[in-house]
Amino acid sequence: MPLIEFADFSFKYLGAETLALRKINLRIEEGEYVVLTGPSGCGKTTLCRAINGLVPQFHRGYIAGNVIIDGKSTRDCSVAELATIAGLVFQQPENQLVTLNVEREIAFGPENLGVEPNEVRRRVEELIEMLDLEHLREKHPHEMSGGEQQRVAMAATLALKPKILVADEPTSNLDPQSAATILDLIAELNHRDMTVVLVEHRLDLVSKDASRVILMDKGSIVADGEPREILTMDLCQEIGVGIPKATQLYKRLKDRGIVLNKVPLTGAELATIVQEVKNG
Amino acid sequence: MIILEDVHFAYDGLYTALRGVSLQIDEGESVAIMGSNGAGKTTLVKHLNGLLRPDKGRVILDGVDTKHYSVAELAREIGLVMQNPDHQLFLDSVEREVLFSLENLGYSKEESKIRCKQTLNHLGLEALSDRSPFTLSGGERKRVALASVLATQPRVLSLDEPTIGQDARQKETLAMMLNELNEKGKAVIVVTHDIEFVIENFPRTVAMANGRIIADGPTNSVLSNNEVIEMCSLTRPQLTETARCLHNVFPDVPERLTLMDDLEEIVVKILGGI
Repeated sequence: MPLIEFADFSFKYLGAETLALRKINLRIEEGEYVVLTGPSGCGKTTLCRAINGLVPQFHRGYIAGNVIIDGKSTRDCSVAELATIAGLVFQQPENQLVTLNVEREIAFGPENLGVEPNEVRRRVEELIEMLDLEHLREKHPHEMSGGEQQRVAMAATLALKPKILVADEPTSNLDPQSAATILDLIAELNHRDMTVVLVEHRLDLVSKDASRVILMDKGSIVADGEPREILTMDLCQEIGVGIPKATQLYKRLKDRGIVLNKVPLTGAELATIVQEVKNG
Repeated sequence: MIILEDVHFAYDGLYTALRGVSLQIDEGESVAIMGSNGAGKTTLVKHLNGLLRPDKGRVILDGVDTKHYSVAELAREIGLVMQNPDHQLFLDSVEREVLFSLENLGYSKEESKIRCKQTLNHLGLEALSDRSPFTLSGGERKRVALASVLATQPRVLSLDEPTIGQDARQKETLAMMLNELNEKGKAVIVVTHDIEFVIENFPRTVAMANGRIIADGPTNSVLSNNEVIEMCSLTRPQLTETARCLHNVFPDVPERLTLMDDLEEIVVKILGGI
């Protein structure tokens, strides 16, 4: 049984004229790292909300079909229960932080769900270590940088021990080095068997970590597969999805009749591939 | 056109955000301001239109210290599109949002209608004109915030992180639009972490760290400087990274900022023998 399953799922926000999601059929297995991308307004965020039940339970509207998360239908499973299966991290961490210090912030979720105090304390300590938050322990979230706030928001999400991490452009507001730290952390969680669904426009930052890329356009899934296969499709340009520059150069060389033996996703990869071809 | 002279600023008199910033921006220029989170970039652009006033130093517009102007007066000359559109949008339709900023600056109803329509068409927002901004996606809301400022045709347009949440095509459209403004003699100032967007579209880059300007000059040389990359918490663009890696093996390959066309020729030359 897949961990995430969309079966003919459609959704339209209350008051909207068009469907935000159109007949989505999607199966994601445990341990996958899925990057969800597509032009702005294509339904990526709505799909994330549908995974943890915010659609349709918080954002109401017309709904058809089903979303089954870890065997539970999001139509009848509460958002609180779904939060222990699929944790959501947003673009603006400050919108997600509710308490006055890091320990309280991490403990807030599990305490609300009635996890017993010793276990809460254990999780707090574990996450402070894993996300390198020791030096922030006593700090107010507003005294932290954006990257630090996002690490705290992630710790708070992970404190519920979800099986799935859903991250909606988690690094958009961060400087590139802070962004890289967050993305490395997400890749590390995936290595520890966390299933990851990540929304991102900047495929140059995330494709190297992903096992799968899904392209969306106008509420539908239009391509779904291995990153190197999807990013070389002309469809990307057609719908306005920016591919990594290294991949773009691969395509330009191919158009000139120079075919490298592998599709590069990063600058370093491209350099290695060029050397390999040169050295035969 | 705009001159900042040794501008200092501290929030609540406590958190020092600018420690002596001097900068001159001329008509028709387009300037990127880069720096890590907390470097003072947003604080700097908020000084341009008087949302913040310097504790020490001056902001001069066309030779006049802007302390003599109100924010409303400055808004006619200098438009600011904020990073978070939700801090800017408050009306219940896209059209009303744009009309509001026009009428607020004293344009007649008819003139406002015409400008509003033009701007919405220009930004591909015409189909959304009756929608409430709060039902739109993050990327769409950012474009609505841009429309409400752009419609007033300010002489200086500053944009705080305009590429966030924008897909590749929208970034291209944005770049084209900013270019058109430059050609009409308007100055464009963009705060961004998006190094590729800067390399492709901005001839001049100002790098900031800890409330100071640490470099100001042609984008190529500013962003080829490893110290700037480090102090601004930037990462090298992919093509520059490729050139760096190739340089280690093929010393002829220059180890600097590299554009697509150049790198393509470099690779073709390297592989020329096969």
